[in-house]
Amino acid sequence: MSTTTSDLYETTVGLEIHVELSTASKMFCGCGVAFAGEPNTRTCPVCLGMPGSLPVVNERAVEYTMKIALALNCQIVEHSLFHRKNYFYPDMPKNYQISQYDYPLGSSGVLEIAGGFGTTRVGITRVHLEEDTGKSQHIGGSGRIADSDYSLEDFNRAGTPLVEIVSEPDIHSADEARVFVTDLRALIETLGVSDVRMEEGSMRVDANVSVRLKGAAGYGTKVEVKNMNSIRSVGRALEFEEKRQREALMAGDELLQETRHFDEKTGATSSLRTKEFAFDYRYFPEPDLVPFEPSPEWVEAVRSSLPELPVARRERFVRDYGLGEADVALLTTSRATADWFEAAARAYGGDAKKVVNWIIADLFGLLNEAGIELPQSKIAPEQLAGLVKLVDGATISGKQAKSVLVEMFASGKDADAVAREKGLEQITDSSAIESVVDEVIGENQEAADKVRAGNLGTIGFLVGQVMKKSRGQANPKLVNELLRSKLEG
Amino acid sequence: MVDTWTPAAELGHAMASGDASAEEITTAFIERGQAVEEGIHAYLAPTFERAVDEARAADDRRTRGEALSAVDGIPLAFKDVFVTKGVPSTSGSRILDGWVPPYDATVVARCSEAGLPMLGKLDMDEFAMGSSGENSGFGGARNPWDAERVPGGSSSGPAALVAAGGAPWAWGTDTGGSVRQPAALCGIVGVKPTYGLVSRYGMIAFASSLDQASPFARTVEDAAMLLQLACGHDPMDSTSIPDEVPDFLDGIDAGIEGMRIGVVKEFQGEGAQPGVRTRVDEAYKRLEKLGAKIEEISLPSFEYGISAYYLIAPAEASANLARYDGVRYGYRAPADDIVTMTSHTREDGFGDEVKRRIMLGTYALSAGYYDAYYGKALRVRSLIIRDLEKAYEKVDLIACPTSPTTAFKVGERTADPLAMYLSDIYTVPVNLAGNAGISVPCGLSPDDGLPVGLQLIAKALDERTMFRAAHAFERDFGWISSAEGRPPL
Ligand SMILES: [Zn+2]
Repeated sequence: MSTTTSDLYETTVGLEIHVELSTASKMFCGCGVAFAGEPNTRTCPVCLGMPGSLPVVNERAVEYTMKIALALNCQIVEHSLFHRKNYFYPDMPKNYQISQYDYPLGSSGVLEIAGGFGTTRVGITRVHLEEDTGKSQHIGGSGRIADSDYSLEDFNRAGTPLVEIVSEPDIHSADEARVFVTDLRALIETLGVSDVRMEEGSMRVDANVSVRLKGAAGYGTKVEVKNMNSIRSVGRALEFEEKRQREALMAGDELLQETRHFDEKTGATSSLRTKEFAFDYRYFPEPDLVPFEPSPEWVEAVRSSLPELPVARRERFVRDYGLGEADVALLTTSRATADWFEAAARAYGGDAKKVVNWIIADLFGLLNEAGIELPQSKIAPEQLAGLVKLVDGATISGKQAKSVLVEMFASGKDADAVAREKGLEQITDSSAIESVVDEVIGENQEAADKVRAGNLGTIGFLVGQVMKKSRGQANPKLVNELLRSKLEG
Repeated sequence: MVDTWTPAAELGHAMASGDASAEEITTAFIERGQAVEEGIHAYLAPTFERAVDEARAADDRRTRGEALSAVDGIPLAFKDVFVTKGVPSTSGSRILDGWVPPYDATVVARCSEAGLPMLGKLDMDEFAMGSSGENSGFGGARNPWDAERVPGGSSSGPAALVAAGGAPWAWGTDTGGSVRQPAALCGIVGVKPTYGLVSRYGMIAFASSLDQASPFARTVEDAAMLLQLACGHDPMDSTSIPDEVPDFLDGIDAGIEGMRIGVVKEFQGEGAQPGVRTRVDEAYKRLEKLGAKIEEISLPSFEYGISAYYLIAPAEASANLARYDGVRYGYRAPADDIVTMTSHTREDGFGDEVKRRIMLGTYALSAGYYDAYYGKALRVRSLIIRDLEKAYEKVDLIACPTSPTTAFKVGERTADPLAMYLSDIYTVPVNLAGNAGISVPCGLSPDDGLPVGLQLIAKALDERTMFRAAHAFERDFGWISSAEGRPPL
């Protein structure tokens, strides 16, 4: 993209994020909430939409939604209700979705994000609660419902509490969108109300993207982008879409208001449907449920139960551990990573920066290779602290420690055990070294005399001999000290 | 031999004193039902064998001194709108043909817990939409007073069966008059309780904010007893009222000396047949004779009741009936793709009136029309509630005819939906307001010799006042226990 293009145009992105709550039971019935499993085993008359069945609100889901809304600095509605959103789809048991419409639980919030782009305050339009659908699998044809041979329906997911978070169009680049999603995911993970796994669909991101000439009064033509199944995909899809729209505008083409599908393989978006297919959802108040009014006492109780949120935690990491912003950003991409770091820092007790260096410089590389996250690794925070202590105590060298870490990562064993097995552990017990030193002096009288005569350069030879005899396990610094005291004394 | 015209309360005494067994009673009703079935076509799914088994079990319990209730062993029947575990439940629609529910409606379960054997499932207008029973997908019940005439609807089967002495009592549902109107047309008692008094769980929904399970019986006392068995809070229905339920029989004999009863000015003029007016006017005089103070009241908003009802009920129905798509249960039309399958399933499975109301409701909720139709109807509903509240500052009960006409001929109104809709002009406002209402027989019309019903409308949750007045009227009138109160069938 030429400089001229990016100077002429600006991108506007609004995100719509769905998060499945990790409540014990579904939104409106007693069925369990879980991922996958034997199809249609977590169902009942209610979540199958059987004739005569009625919904009953899961209060825990309302509380979880309130946590998200409060953590996003939203206003909590005084009087709320559910609506029916009407449309036909075979994985939606009632052919309407119980959702919230004009009285979302939370509204007018903000999430502040920071990165290479500086600091951006992204407005949160609304946070509302609804129910998830089942899952369809279309067999044959293109894999879409219209030309498939048949479809399989699994209603295990149907009725899972789902929170929809809608941002204001305050995001102006793919990078900002990526950071927003990353930070939002960390925030929700910190709250402990969802697994927020994009790959498993417990967090789903759709984007509204438009490009306009800088300074233009209205927004450009809005394109909805779907099927971004990882944070990386969000960045890629939006980069592609931004470029596509800018180039179209440059070429004088008109953009269509449409929904586009992101293809992970090609990295491109393609048209799914244009606006002529716009739905009329015919929202109306759900008569099977009564309106509800979260009491101020309840809202305050939920607010005071919120854990330390990522923003506050980042500030504390800078303040208390003296860490740099860049390191803090890396350590706080998820609550689990931040928790892991803090546990390691606590177990270590010394300068936390040392622990951070091991995590960022070494552990992250191993995690990347293994394709896992810190909490899933075999190594425990206390074990990393143990490794750093071994280096501190000069039991092993920094270089040796790196290979010890690789082994710890593979086996989950403690640092000293690995060091011992590898025969790496340095002998720091001076009495054990002393006998070797005495032996070496006895066997190398000539060299010893030279040292005694003041030729200190020869001491290196003697150290080498001791190290050889101890098969490298003696601590060189200690050996040096012992030789000097014996020969110079 | 058990006389099937005997009220359930008396049958209970007969069982207690050993004069009759549950098996004898149940068998008598089964035989009476079989004898009249050819004339009234009340049954969709008889469960006679099960009823006899349940009656024997009741006899065993009573022998052991473990009777579940005073009426343990007295059989009942259900409108097919109630789902019954293991017994087909169609709501009168071909689209549910063959569906066997895996669960019991709360009303069904509570009656079963009280030991009432189930005689079977009874005919009705499809999805409770209709005022004559003619919209049944399976034939249509007839009036035991004249088989050429309709029994009223939508609870056509239960009204016909109870009026013919084929069951001592039965459960119907009343959404706009669906129990009171057929009760009036068949010469029995029909009660529409306060909205929320009886659980809707397991009642196949027509219009959720109006539907209410409602008992039929031949006497007021029996109707009160049957209601008592099943009412009270149900955690499975969010709209069910959590309050403690009073004993409806307590004080039912206290009379109506000093009770203030309002007659509706707007319902006094034309509209009602002369014969209906004659009998209802006589009923007012009888109430006055019994000590009530009759005064005229004005309910100006009532005349808009039908209009509001025919927007609100179809709107809710359009969503409630969306689930019948051939995907999960019931009828499925053969087709090669999902759109054709769904539309053919609904095309073949639904009757004309149901389709008409789905279209009406879909239109009323559509973008751009919502405020003008559904929104305005909700405002009328608020006005009706306000008018009633004002009226109850002056009176304890409101009296008016239940239906403007006596039973009409089969086919007479099928070509004119509006004429059919007006059958419910006096009953619909009660559902819109959520109040309680009862229809009690007040004799045969001098015009055609067919039954006329008097409607008494109480404040929400003031069923006791309503039962007291209806019981006083019924006892003084003596019609139901006379030969004249029994249809010639
Ligand atoms: Zn369920």
